[in-house]
Amino acid sequence: MTTTAVNRTSAPTPVALTKKDFTSDQEVRWCPGCGDYVILATVQGFLPELGIARENVVFVSGIGCSSRFPYYVQTYGMHSIHGRAPAIATGLVTANPDLTVFVATGDGDALSIGGNHLIHAMRRNVNLTILLFNNQIYGLTKGQYSPTSRLGQVTKSSPYGSVDTPFNPISLALGAEATFVARAMESDRAELTAILKAAATHRGTALIEIYQNCPIFNDGAFDAIKDRSQQQARLVRLRADEPVRVGVEDSRQVLVRRPDGSLEFVAEAEADPAAYVIHDPYAADASQAFALSRLDSAEMTHVPMGIFRQVSRPAYDDVVRAQVDGAVESAGGAASDADLAELLRGRDTWTVG
Amino acid sequence: MSSKSVHDLDRVVIRFAGDSGDGMQLTGDRFTSDTATLGNDLSTLPNFPAEIRAPQGTLPGVSSFQLHFADHDVLTPGDAPDVLVAMNPAALKANVGDLRRGGIIIANADDFTTRNLAKVGYALNPLTDGSLESYHVHAVPLTATTVEALAEFTGLTRKAKERAKNMFALGLLSWMYNRPTAATQDFLKAKFAKAPEILAANLKALAAGVNYGETTEDFASSYAVGPAPMPAGTYRNITGNTALALGLVAAAHRSGLPLVLGSYPITPASDILHTLSGLKRYGVTTMQAEDEIAGIGMALGASFGGALGVTTTSGPGLALKSETIGLAVSLELPLVIVDVQRGGPSTGLPTKTEQADLLQAMFGRNGESPAAVIAPQTPNDCFAAAVEAVEMATAYRTPVLVLTDGYLANGSEPWLVPAVEDLPRIEPNFATEPNGVDKAGEPAFLPYLRDPDTLARPWAVPGTPGLEHRIGGIEKADVTGEISYEPANHDTMVRLRQAKVDGIAVPDVEVDDPSGAARVLVLGWGSTYGPIAAAVRRVRRAGYAVARTHLRHLNPFPANLGAVLGAYDRVIVPEMNLGQLALLLRARYLVDVRSHTAVRGLPFTTAELAEVLTAAVEELG
Ligand code: SF4
Repeated sequence: MTTTAVNRTSAPTPVALTKKDFTSDQEVRWCPGCGDYVILATVQGFLPELGIARENVVFVSGIGCSSRFPYYVQTYGMHSIHGRAPAIATGLVTANPDLTVFVATGDGDALSIGGNHLIHAMRRNVNLTILLFNNQIYGLTKGQYSPTSRLGQVTKSSPYGSVDTPFNPISLALGAEATFVARAMESDRAELTAILKAAATHRGTALIEIYQNCPIFNDGAFDAIKDRSQQQARLVRLRADEPVRVGVEDSRQVLVRRPDGSLEFVAEAEADPAAYVIHDPYAADASQAFALSRLDSAEMTHVPMGIFRQVSRPAYDDVVRAQVDGAVESAGGAASDADLAELLRGRDTWTVG
Repeated sequence: MSSKSVHDLDRVVIRFAGDSGDGMQLTGDRFTSDTATLGNDLSTLPNFPAEIRAPQGTLPGVSSFQLHFADHDVLTPGDAPDVLVAMNPAALKANVGDLRRGGIIIANADDFTTRNLAKVGYALNPLTDGSLESYHVHAVPLTATTVEALAEFTGLTRKAKERAKNMFALGLLSWMYNRPTAATQDFLKAKFAKAPEILAANLKALAAGVNYGETTEDFASSYAVGPAPMPAGTYRNITGNTALALGLVAAAHRSGLPLVLGSYPITPASDILHTLSGLKRYGVTTMQAEDEIAGIGMALGASFGGALGVTTTSGPGLALKSETIGLAVSLELPLVIVDVQRGGPSTGLPTKTEQADLLQAMFGRNGESPAAVIAPQTPNDCFAAAVEAVEMATAYRTPVLVLTDGYLANGSEPWLVPAVEDLPRIEPNFATEPNGVDKAGEPAFLPYLRDPDTLARPWAVPGTPGLEHRIGGIEKADVTGEISYEPANHDTMVRLRQAKVDGIAVPDVEVDDPSGAARVLVLGWGSTYGPIAAAVRRVRRAGYAVARTHLRHLNPFPANLGAVLGAYDRVIVPEMNLGQLALLLRARYLVDVRSHTAVRGLPFTTAELAEVLTAAVEELG
């Protein structure tokens, strides 16, 4: 065996840990009512289930409200600089295969200033679980529009309305060759936990977009899908190998593929089962997952939630280490002083004296 | 052996010049290798066109390689070539001005066609119009003679045969200067192992060149340059970029830390990435990042993870890395940043040398952000500088910037290969257990509790049980490392970080003043070492007393520097910038140093500096 350790599936530590073990002694300093609290509690509650020793877990973040996350988790952590967490985490996990590395980031951090690092981490498929807290606003800098703010959104820096077309983070991730792409709501702890579990056991980059309410600067951004009365008609819960449905009972709709290839929700009673779209997150071809991500709209008429894509592809850091380990092995083991001396001499030497 | 007469010379400067497609860099490289094995001391200077593929036969497309070799120690690639090999009119036009009067020109007569002459504005053929009367011109039909010599290779096109003309030229020069060609033959055998016909053609062309010199009346005699006295040992020829890469690998080996390079391609630093990416066998990991920022981010992440993080770049790339260097200053983790300086600002002159990133390296970050700065002096010194940077970064948990430049990176010289056991051992000294107690009196890890001697903080690698901690770019409380916005704490931390870098142990500068009577001191840093030393030698030979010292440590400065500066009536500081070190010295030591600056993208010439030094001595009377 080479030194390529299996970080995400390493054997559970003998001592069972609890949520408390993953709670640091730092005072949590988000605004009252911030969605980040629920996410923190969910992650702290989920970490013991991973069965990984505390010292082998690292949270790396950038800058923004969500990037305070590492301070509150009793593991190793780095609160780095704006947008760069995916790059730093790539170096960390490649250098140290025993670690399970999470990136905590926000819509500004990941999609604006750090957009380049995010897409490259995903296309490389580095062993990282990226938690993208999407509150559709800049919170830490007090309320400017972000790359996911709605077109026309009035913010401190867009008094006449934002003129920027927003990113759809799921579409972006799929386009960037991500192998695990999911969306969850901060308020749905059970679903978020299930997705976290699937993400953390995935080898390669897992991107989880988490809708997070910012009560101070963008309150109610997700009310349409949080509100119980509207939720049923809008939330599309993606279930593997099942038709894509929305609504309940009489008003239930199902997603069908039209002859021209487009997708459309129609009343289930009238739909032809042969035209049903069956959700397949494991499909090698990402086009259907991409089509599902395009169901989004500013009005939140239909909002898909769950795992869009979950496929397997060699992880970058595994391959990088395998190349090094392979070269070391085929050369007969770690370089000795004599091997180094040979390297220093090179091929063309001469002797004086 | 040659039947012609052989004249002894003590030194020769040859410049090979041609179109970028003519293989002049390879020819120069091979001639250098063959020269090195003869025991000459030498120094080289390649000069690449900035354009990847400038139009054939034009001035911007000229590529050259200069080699200075001698029977004594060589300090520079030489000011004025004694011999110019010009493969076409453009190469002649671009270089003839540098040739010393009476020098030798070997021109490829076949390329001096009306069309090629017109391309560079020659109305008449300079090989025949008498304009080169003050030189010794050999107009050799290199192309035709090569093609003729390769007549037997019926499987090769005429174009393919023509391509071997650089080997013919190399053979001719090897004959002229009595160089053996065995090493080049071996080199060709390895290079063309899979193309036997091309190999045979190249070997034939090489031999034909040697024979041409031997048999043609145009070349009456050949020259010999004896070996230079050098300390005993095993030598190789090495460029600065290669020396730097090997230094990093050697230091990693001596520290037991895996070397992790995060880098983005940029001229002229890319060769370090190329070299290291081939050294996986030595446990070296290289990651070609999506951009300069990610390159250093990966390196810093690797350092956090317990590896030796390194990033390599050049001028504009260093600008992009600034913020992450600042983070490394705040995290206090080991990190080595190599900046191969090139002409700036902005894209500037990517293939030319300059020393104008010194202030960027010192201060180019927000806030008080001290980092160590080391500048190697010669191509082979890049090895020692890399080792030292790793030692310093590890011992002090600090980013260290290594400032080389295009001249060091691509220039080459003989290197006395050090014995591995003579290289320093580097101790990472990872933290393995709690180093204090928390508020409740329980054993705890205090990530910013410093070593009282070095002020370095402990390096606790994720994966170490019980030492879980968080670090970041927000100001941290002294000792505990927790977030702190306390005014007094920030003041303490800013001063502690500065004191740590100020306290890095660096050796005193040594002054070279053989007569002890000098009133003028010349002080340089980095790659100006060779030209300054050569100029000082020349000035002393003319009877002037000049003291010389060279700065390798730019941050912190050596402890005796102030005293040294104060001991002379005049301090001259030559730099390939507009006086950046001079600015620092004046500010720091209140000494009115005199700047001599040039930013032509080329190293100083010995003649130029000798003139400056002579004038300085004469001025003092
Ligand atoms: S500004 Fe918004 S996102 Fe930031 S902590 Fe406050 S509520 Fe949360």
